[in-house]
Amino acid sequence: MSKYPTSVKKVDFPEKISGKAKYADDFVFPDMQYAKTVRSTIPCGKIKKITVPKLPDGYYWISAKDIVKENVVNIIFSDWPVFADGRVNYCGEAIGIFVGEDKAILDKLCEEIKVEYEPETPIYDFSEAYISKGYKKGDYEAAKKKAKQVVRRTYQTGYQEQAYIEPQGLVLYYDESGKMTITGSMQCPFYVKRAVMRTLGLKDDEVRVIQPAVGGAFGGKEHYPSLIGAQLATASYKIHKPIKMVFERYEDIAYSTKRHPSKTEMEALIDENKNIIGIKSKVSLNGGAYKGCSGVVLSRALIAATNAYVIPNLDISGDVYRTNTVPTAAFRGFGSPQTIFAMEMFIHHIAKEIGVDPLELRMKYLAKQGDITANSGKFHDPIVLDKLFEKAMEMSDYKRKIAEYSKPGSLRGIGMSCFLHGCGFTGSGESDIIHAKVKVSKDENDHVTCYASSVDMGQGCRTTLKHIVAKNLGLPDDEVEMDYPDTDKTPDSGPTAASRTIIIVGFLMEKAAKNLKKIWKKGVAQEIIEPYVGPSYIHWDEETMQGDAYPSYSWGVNVVEVEFSPVTFEITLKGVWSVYDVGRVVDERIAVGQADGGVLQGIGYGFMENETCVDGKFKQRSLSDYIIPTTMDVPHMETAFIDNPFIYGADGAKGMGELTLVGGAPAVALAIENAIGKEIHKIPATPEYIMEVLKDGKN
Amino acid sequence: MAKIKFNLNHKDVEVELDPSTRLIDVLREHFGLKGVKEGCGEGSCGACVVLLDGYSVNSCLLPLANVEGHEVITIEEFSKTKRFEVLKEAFADEGATQCGFCSPGMIIAGESLLSHNPHPTEEEAREALSGNLCRCTGYQSIVHAVLEASKKGEGLW
Ligand code: FES
Ligand code: FES
Repeated sequence: MSKYPTSVKKVDFPEKISGKAKYADDFVFPDMQYAKTVRSTIPCGKIKKITVPKLPDGYYWISAKDIVKENVVNIIFSDWPVFADGRVNYCGEAIGIFVGEDKAILDKLCEEIKVEYEPETPIYDFSEAYISKGYKKGDYEAAKKKAKQVVRRTYQTGYQEQAYIEPQGLVLYYDESGKMTITGSMQCPFYVKRAVMRTLGLKDDEVRVIQPAVGGAFGGKEHYPSLIGAQLATASYKIHKPIKMVFERYEDIAYSTKRHPSKTEMEALIDENKNIIGIKSKVSLNGGAYKGCSGVVLSRALIAATNAYVIPNLDISGDVYRTNTVPTAAFRGFGSPQTIFAMEMFIHHIAKEIGVDPLELRMKYLAKQGDITANSGKFHDPIVLDKLFEKAMEMSDYKRKIAEYSKPGSLRGIGMSCFLHGCGFTGSGESDIIHAKVKVSKDENDHVTCYASSVDMGQGCRTTLKHIVAKNLGLPDDEVEMDYPDTDKTPDSGPTAASRTIIIVGFLMEKAAKNLKKIWKKGVAQEIIEPYVGPSYIHWDEETMQGDAYPSYSWGVNVVEVEFSPVTFEITLKGVWSVYDVGRVVDERIAVGQADGGVLQGIGYGFMENETCVDGKFKQRSLSDYIIPTTMDVPHMETAFIDNPFIYGADGAKGMGELTLVGGAPAVALAIENAIGKEIHKIPATPEYIMEVLKDGKN
Repeated sequence: MAKIKFNLNHKDVEVELDPSTRLIDVLREHFGLKGVKEGCGEGSCGACVVLLDGYSVNSCLLPLANVEGHEVITIEEFSKTKRFEVLKEAFADEGATQCGFCSPGMIIAGESLLSHNPHPTEEEAREALSGNLCRCTGYQSIVHAVLEASKKGEGLW
């Protein structure tokens, strides 16, 4: 008997488990060249002179002067140059690439090249804001006049490295028709395609992007491959040969984008009956040298500022700061892990300061259907957070443990977080900006194929999207095909991001399949192209950040239990229990896999994963310095789902990819707090930080 | 340059290469065995593990010279065995493969464990797999799959 009787076979499993699946570095083409990047060694300054060593035959130096059309990477805000032109703004910025057939010679050239700079004074602190946003709800200032007590805290979060096991890498080659084609490790084939088109000034039919197997991404391959793609395409313009660039691990950790470090200053207004009548939150994010997608990350961070709690008066604002460090960008959660950590800790600290039970205080403010959201929109759909809490507490024996572990001398601790995650792009972005489309077609033999640009980077969307189509056509799963995205064949169904694949693309697949079924003629080739039409009740004003921030929300509760060593100050995980409302689960095995991986990544963020930047350079540059959890760190993990179907989701499903990460950090931090009896204000809560807190921290 | 002889996937082979060449490069580039993955190149992730005389080793850390006269088995050969079928089924059932980049390495590490300890405890399984990083699954499914294989494959190891 299978462990997950309702789950279907994962389509790409046989090729992956046997080592046959092809990832970026597994592609080899005749006459293939390699590329290696020359990077800035200073954080900021002008490039005075570049002395390129004498190049052996067949070797090339490609830099800003080789740019064909526009020296910019096409990202949401396009300020990141493909190659540094005249100045550098962070350590590791690409100055150029050497291309040739022998990697050892490329390494030597990279050592020999001389770049002379005129250094400028770098900025590392939160002093130069380059994006600012904010919104209000109710009347915070008026509430402040009524307040009897004000509670204040500041929270900080560090960098987080995606640490996908397959490093960044792309291969450029020419297809049968001679068209420039790019394959490799990426989340968004159409992003790479548009970046190449823009840098080279190409037309839509002049470049093709095909996604192969991708060895994990977690946001890290959302925008960064656009940079690599633009670089390779620029080189190919001169060289006309296949070129491969695969990062070494140190290069990937040291120079590719990471999660934004943050500081969140919070203030809560308390009235005479110990009600929270207002919250003010000021969020600062370190955006690094270029803006890229940081504005959108800030939006998500701010929208999540009060997490799953409904508070009448709010004053929420935030800034992204320019620093001379590696640009930060997308990472599973996209801004919300930072502010949800802050809010989860804050509500506990408020409870303690005003002398009420933290659990009771949270329960009082939990969102319910019909409530007004932080952005003055509405929670349109049924919310079952109370059931999630109940189930999580029962699974983990929370009430008994919290009472026991709160006694002095206990070295155990337990923490519980609750959280929400908005599914899909912010506001009406899906209908107004993304315009997703999918295609489901059949040939004369009635063989069905479905097409979407959603990338299966491990989360299993090739299996689940195909399953949705098969189910709605009343066919067995293996009679429907879904290949990897190919921009020549696949309609643009938007990026693989924002937990939108099932809720948006899956919903479209469901509609397309239903529509195909309606017109189904045996033995005739037919196709349906389905464009996205969102719920009409969703209205959003990006300027004022007012309205419905997301078409819907997924919800979760995580409980983490830890043990603390008073000798080494180390934390050991003892148990993890999670309950989620992701609408209706499409495939239980895949959902549990997302849940296990996501929560561990969140917990790692909370206490283990430490990336520090000193003088503009990351100190941790390998997987033995940047520590992610191993089998030895993981305790018993248990996951449950509460069924709560969403009418606009495929078969009732909502998003879940990011949701599973956001609660891990606050849950483990609260568990540590419970174990040591002092407040945690910063993650990762490393042994060094815990030592500090034990010495001078707040009780 | 040196001539190095070893047994690769049950065949005697001889290569003439710099003896300090990393085994992973010999396997991937010289022999086209792309199931051996490179995740870090520094011995931290286990994506590159192969069996050396039946024990899992990181092929990114091993110079070619060290395999002279030894037996190397990669996922390409191991995937032809009954033991692989049992492990594969357990991995499929548990959902122990997501992006799949760690999977060939995990399978080899699982084989190395079970061939020396056919009935590991959960603790022993965790220990044996601790050199293999996976960022997708949270490991729970992988550990369970290896334990499940040990039960289902009774007598094979
Ligand atoms: S590639 Fe060998 S251990 Fe990571
Ligand atoms: S399945 Fe992706 S790293 Fe293990």
